[in-house]
Amino acid sequence: MRLAQHMAAASDKVSATAIEATEFPELSRTYRVMAVPKVVMNDRVQFEGALPEKEFLAAVLKAAGPAS
Amino acid sequence: MAILQERDRQAVRKEFERLTGPVKLVVFSQALAAADLCQQNEELVREVADLTDGRVAVEVLNLAIDRDRAEAYGVDQVPAIVVEGARDLGIRFYGIPSGYEFSNLIDSIILVSTGEPALSEETRASLETLAEPVDIKVFSTPT
Repeated sequence: MRLAQHMAAASDKVSATAIEATEFPELSRTYRVMAVPKVVMNDRVQFEGALPEKEFLAAVLKAAGPAS
Repeated sequence: MAILQERDRQAVRKEFERLTGPVKLVVFSQALAAADLCQQNEELVREVADLTDGRVAVEVLNLAIDRDRAEAYGVDQVPAIVVEGARDLGIRFYGIPSGYEFSNLIDSIILVSTGEPALSEETRASLETLAEPVDIKVFSTPT
């Protein structure tokens, strides 16, 4: 969540929501959360585990890009 | 009984020495949906705000009653916390922030207060080029 919230603070286009998976089983099922942390961006880009800043940014840019 | 232990309080109070601008924590609850969790969440937020000598305000809303506010914030789950600085930067917590997420809650309060994201210049420049909004969801569990 740390990188996500700092990116939200840096850009008006980015929003960040931390979700406690065990308290929201339906959301966790919807997004197929099998391991944590799991990150979902625009319901298009998703990955498990923590990424360094550069790779996290690449995922954000991909999520904002044209649909492939 | 207090949720935060004295050791945590001291550490958080020290972190909050970095606060500069105003912060508001908008808490969404709904007794019918998750009474215990919402109550614990409210209690935690109040305990955190109490460590700031009045520099962090708390507003508790009801998801079912304060629908317009919930919609404006894009909140549709409880318990939820909106971490707002001089303006809303889009930072939300769903569920009680504990363990690692508690650290992130404290970090987000300082972040919206100072308005200084800890990111490289390259990252900031790239984010300025974003054409479309990006909604990031981070699922975690208490550790």
